[in-house]
Amino acid sequence: MASPQQQKLKVNGPVAVTANRLTDGAVVWRTAQEDWSPDLADALIVTTADQAIALLASAQKRDTDAVGAYVAPVVIEADGAIAPGNLRERIRVAGPTFELPH
Amino acid sequence: MYVYDEFDRAFLAERVAEFRDQVARRLSGALSEDEFKPLRLMNGVYLQLHAYMLRVAIPYGTLSSDQLRRLAYVARTYDRGYGHFTTRQNIQFNWIKLEDLPDAMAALAEVGVHGIQTSGNCIRNVTTDQWAGATPQEFDDPRIWAEILRQYSTLHPEFTYLPRKFKIAITAAPKDRAATKVHDVGLRLHRNEAGELGFEVLVGGGLGRTPFVGKSVRAFLPARHLLSYIEAIMRVYNQYGRRDNIYKARIKILVHEIGAEAFAKAVEAEWEAIRDGALHLSDEIIADIRSRFLYPDFQPRADQPAALATALEDPAFAAWHRNSVHPHKVPGHAIVTVSLKAIGAPPGDATADQMEVVAALADDFGWREIRVGHEQNLCLPNVAQEDLPAIWRRLEAAGLATPNVNHISDIIACPGLDYCALANARAIPVAQEIAKRFADLERSRTIGRLHVNISGCINACGHHHVGHIGILGVEKNGQEFYQITLGGRADEHAQLGTLLGPAVSYEQVPGLIEDVVDTYIELRAGPDELFIDTVARLGVEPFKERVYAAH
Repeated sequence: MASPQQQKLKVNGPVAVTANRLTDGAVVWRTAQEDWSPDLADALIVTTADQAIALLASAQKRDTDAVGAYVAPVVIEADGAIAPGNLRERIRVAGPTFELPH
Repeated sequence: MYVYDEFDRAFLAERVAEFRDQVARRLSGALSEDEFKPLRLMNGVYLQLHAYMLRVAIPYGTLSSDQLRRLAYVARTYDRGYGHFTTRQNIQFNWIKLEDLPDAMAALAEVGVHGIQTSGNCIRNVTTDQWAGATPQEFDDPRIWAEILRQYSTLHPEFTYLPRKFKIAITAAPKDRAATKVHDVGLRLHRNEAGELGFEVLVGGGLGRTPFVGKSVRAFLPARHLLSYIEAIMRVYNQYGRRDNIYKARIKILVHEIGAEAFAKAVEAEWEAIRDGALHLSDEIIADIRSRFLYPDFQPRADQPAALATALEDPAFAAWHRNSVHPHKVPGHAIVTVSLKAIGAPPGDATADQMEVVAALADDFGWREIRVGHEQNLCLPNVAQEDLPAIWRRLEAAGLATPNVNHISDIIACPGLDYCALANARAIPVAQEIAKRFADLERSRTIGRLHVNISGCINACGHHHVGHIGILGVEKNGQEFYQITLGGRADEHAQLGTLLGPAVSYEQVPGLIEDVVDTYIELRAGPDELFIDTVARLGVEPFKERVYAAH
């Protein structure tokens, strides 16, 4: 029987683990080196629920680097580049969709 | 302006020092995120999509020029050079770093501004009419009573952990500019037949996923009983309000479930026990609070001075004057609304430079006072009519004189999915696109008074339920869709809008709004019939038929 966490997490494609950096709230991505990077290109991509749960658990081990970790969908482009998997993540990566006041 | 005393200043300085220590302990790992989160929220610090957000209260919407200048300083020094004025007379900074927050808060505390109780299940910033103390319509300055409530509710030990957040708004004018009927408690200050000052008390209004218009539970409460009656309401809510379900925890649900009559009965019973106790407001206490509001030393002036008459020959100035200048209680003076809704700009945002322009105008012409309205515009409440041309020129140069107040491009919008962690859909770009469609100010003037409100999720920070046209963003299968309502209003005749029909896509919204407006122009009884009155007369069906036939 799956754990409650597994029951909640549905993984139907490539995903990464993301969070906000503690010091400034900036968006960061969990890397293969068990570190955080502000660059989505550095993210470790997994494709199964078990892998995602393990990655999330590793990301939550300490909360002095990043907070609020969760599993987010990503898209692998034809050239292998990693892109955010939905509008919310696109905005988290690229910022607001309009010109900021200046 | 209200003048803070040494107690206020010392309290804020202590609170900043406390928060500085909490941040240091969080950064060192001594505090976990679970331990730190409620502490930061108590100071108005949220974690949004891509940064921390600091929400700062502007009590009863009143700012001094020094305070506004300090907000500009914080925006420029610790943020990205702008701030967002909200529908609850707060300002939000969207990009502040956690490590910078103590310094930003210290800078704000020096001028008596803070984010305490702008989050959490407590009594939030008490809001009121941005024209308070200046409009000829009011029975009393509602800020006196808002200040009494502010002092009472700040760090109130009994009401720090309510079932849910609690919002109070006060109007002292028959024309409600404070949306009192959609607050947890709405207070309508007026005089009874004997000439005594008192409040009609409305309870259980609110928007969000279960919107209600507030119910009147007392037609007249003598003003001296304000605190004891509010305490009775809070106690009944604190005792019976649900804590098992966050979606049913607001007082509006309690009032709805037990009925306004039963709720009022419980409040009256509680009140009887405490009404003449420590919370009784003596004349001395009221006079003391009143004495700490400093009013301009207005000099008698003639209405419509020659300088104004000459300036009105300029069509651009005349258009702004007709739209953004309002009657003042003192002859020869005026209230000016400063539009933060330049066509294509994010509604309610002001750059640090713009804040400094408005602060300087308040220094030079407006007795150093600025107001913030729930419509996300600023206001210079006390200016001389002869200074209006000079004020306009400086506002115009700063992009702050768009003559669209109360027009279709004066859109109320929440931050939406571009900033907010709770949102399902964007709000600001939708507002920008609609405003661009109605950029022709002559066209928007022909359309007349029309409020568009946009929320990016069901929490309704953009008050979409009470927009003449309400727009609610929802998410379906990963796509943004928008539900449209017509006929809502937030004023003294507050009511919730009626759903027009099926939700439409992001791309379809601006065109649909244009179709709604075209239908209104076609169906209105005459140029003087406002949009809201046409909808009231005809219902939404004629709009639905036309609009959905076109899409």
